[in-house]
Amino acid sequence: MDLDIVLLSRLQFALTIMVHYLFPPLSIGLGAQMVIAEGMFLRTDDRRWEAIARFWTKLFAVNFAVGVATGIVMEFEFGTNWATYSRFVGDVFGSALASEGIFAFFLESGFLAILVFGWDRVGPKMHFFSTTMVFTGSVFSSVWIVIANSWMHTPAGYHLVDDGEGHVRAEITDFWAMIFNPSSMHRLGHVLLGAFILGAFFTMSIGAYYLLKKRHEDIAKRMVAVGLIFGALSSVGILVSGHSQARAMARNQPAKLAAMEGHFHTGEGPTDLYLLGWPDREAEIVHFGIAMPGMLSFLVYDDFETPVPGLDQIDDEDEPPVLIPFVTYHVMVACGMYFIGLTLLGCFMLFRRTLWDTPWLLKLLMISVPLPYLANQAGWVATEVGRQPWVVYGELRTADAVSVAVGSDQVAGSIILFGIIYIALVVLWLVVMNEKIKHGPEDPATLGPKTRGSVVEAATRLSLHDAHRMTHAEEEE
Amino acid sequence: MDLHLLWFVILGVLLTGYAILDGFDLGVGLLHPFVKGDHERRLTINSIGPLWDGNEVWLVTFGGALFAAFPEAYATLLSGMYFPVIALLFSLIGRAISIEFRSKRPSKAWRTYWDLSFFLSSLTALLVFGVAAGNVMQGISLDADHEFTGTLADLLNPYALIVGLFAVSVAAMHGSIFLYLKTEGALQATIHGWMWRTFFGFLAMYAVTTAATLIWVDHATDNFARWPAAWVVVLLNVLAIANIPRAIHQGRPGYAFVSSSCTIAALVFLFGMALFPNLVHSSSEHASLTIHNAASSESTLGLMAIIAAIGIPFVASYTAIVYWVFRGKVKLGKFSY
Repeated sequence: MDLDIVLLSRLQFALTIMVHYLFPPLSIGLGAQMVIAEGMFLRTDDRRWEAIARFWTKLFAVNFAVGVATGIVMEFEFGTNWATYSRFVGDVFGSALASEGIFAFFLESGFLAILVFGWDRVGPKMHFFSTTMVFTGSVFSSVWIVIANSWMHTPAGYHLVDDGEGHVRAEITDFWAMIFNPSSMHRLGHVLLGAFILGAFFTMSIGAYYLLKKRHEDIAKRMVAVGLIFGALSSVGILVSGHSQARAMARNQPAKLAAMEGHFHTGEGPTDLYLLGWPDREAEIVHFGIAMPGMLSFLVYDDFETPVPGLDQIDDEDEPPVLIPFVTYHVMVACGMYFIGLTLLGCFMLFRRTLWDTPWLLKLLMISVPLPYLANQAGWVATEVGRQPWVVYGELRTADAVSVAVGSDQVAGSIILFGIIYIALVVLWLVVMNEKIKHGPEDPATLGPKTRGSVVEAATRLSLHDAHRMTHAEEEE
Repeated sequence: MDLHLLWFVILGVLLTGYAILDGFDLGVGLLHPFVKGDHERRLTINSIGPLWDGNEVWLVTFGGALFAAFPEAYATLLSGMYFPVIALLFSLIGRAISIEFRSKRPSKAWRTYWDLSFFLSSLTALLVFGVAAGNVMQGISLDADHEFTGTLADLLNPYALIVGLFAVSVAAMHGSIFLYLKTEGALQATIHGWMWRTFFGFLAMYAVTTAATLIWVDHATDNFARWPAAWVVVLLNVLAIANIPRAIHQGRPGYAFVSSSCTIAALVFLFGMALFPNLVHSSSEHASLTIHNAASSESTLGLMAIIAAIGIPFVASYTAIVYWVFRGKVKLGKFSY
């Protein structure tokens, strides 16, 4: 078959990583919400928080399982489809991946068992500790994977070694320079805040849905309030983080910034910032562009004079595609602005105590949940496509990185299989999540015994008695 | 200690951990469809419910460690065995979602579907592990750039398939002992018979695989000539195997489980002995991938050794905590699958 193996391998990687990345940001963002809810329960002893924490845990478990299933693929796909890349970067990239396994995955999966199945096996403090550890593990995981990925964008702390037989590879010379490569911390902050926003919009959406349906209202108000405050802080934070990231990008990867901004000609004067448009790489112009004069110069250099380098300063063979980075980047920014506007408005009405009587805003909160998914995906597409034609920026071209031992027909076959399985997987995930959300959280009054010993039998024996007593207590309040 | 050798040993430890731990939950997957009744099948799944995910992390970490320490072996094996690896990935996805989704609806058709998927994906995963192990021992054809030059048909040779079936038989036995430990009453009584059957299945496959290895993989025993002390492990392996029926007969399933875990550890050790110092044996005139020519730089191996030394005590303590919290017989509660 005469198919381009590089294109096919890229398509397969894009498919598998994009489907995978539907799940981890929710694990991180929802994890933060679980820590907050369970922490509030321990602090206030208010069982409504416990009901929220238990409900989030159920959704978390489903999401986490699908995230693990799609994540294992990623761990091995570097070897199956990008063997030449693996040989080139193994010394550097492999160590970050192995560290992720040792420091993050064991922590997450171990305490996940207690988080999901251990409510009646350990005490509340131990349970809270487990929740916190699962959240910490998911953050650690993002730390290592973002470091590994950032190294591909801004490689540092390495040198190239030739084995004398025509094979060149990168080897670590300075571990800390590799870890703190010029983009890793900027990108880590951005990724985590993106996940927090997703978690906040996810929980707000569910809370708003219950409020509109007039179910679990007492609990749902807490879900929305926590989500709003958390979402507003993260949304404002990500604007700051995005700004500093773009300035670093101007220094480290000027070609990518130029592609994202559709900036073809450097020119003499200040550089404009396109708010909207449709870049045309052949004609080297942006159609239908609406631009803010000099704004890009201001954002990058703090003045309205210095020109930002355009794509005309990049060698032709090193130029990234323009349309995809431009569109996805602008979609991400537009989503980000919307998040700031919506959450700040929501917070304002929350403190004015008018939010609960404003159904249109609750509806907006409910239906906005796809947008943070879109923003997370779009941001990654913008940065990864913007790095092209390099897989390791300046060192290894994507076209030279694929597996030698694998044929294009094999990759075509596996793409079809992945496509079928992943569509089924996403549909099932939506169905199961939807059913769980429709079913709703448990009534705080029927949660069972509050004192959870380590002995299950004792807990079961006491449960009837306690539940009875608790119902009375609730009534007396 | 030589860092290359150290990393060979660390990979061996990770593989042993994975084989023992995921070995029993893959085995439970094999036995699952033979369990009758929905309540009983839920017990089966919940016996591994809190544990399977952590067990699989051993494989993921093994993959990461292989990538970091021996990137040439990682790249050659995974790209060379493209379809078997893709099949493995699909079966690991299949297992995860079968366990997770089965309990979400009461419909019989829904549950039967996921039961079948759980069984087939466990079976496929085990076959691929065995086929992969068989091929790296027996040798695959490599070129001067360490690239695999054979075909899928070469990988599915009789020896590799025998090792694949052997892996299935080991997991079935190990899984049935684990399930016996975790269950009680009538279900446990049924499983008592399974322990015997799977043990004899294992014993038969052990004999066949040993014979096939001696006939087809003549370099497998080379290292025993260099280090005769390694015969002790062969002896311990035989003792551990012999101890399994003894412990079952005495009604000490915990002891039987320890014995089958030791058997697996010994098998991984023998696998390492058959390979060392190779990671992937070459069947062509080009060099095999060894712990030297496939390795990362000396300094990276040293760095990773420090990371492993920091990480391993944590890993051991999480594993211990989780297995302690979920000790004892499996019971269905509000949080079960």
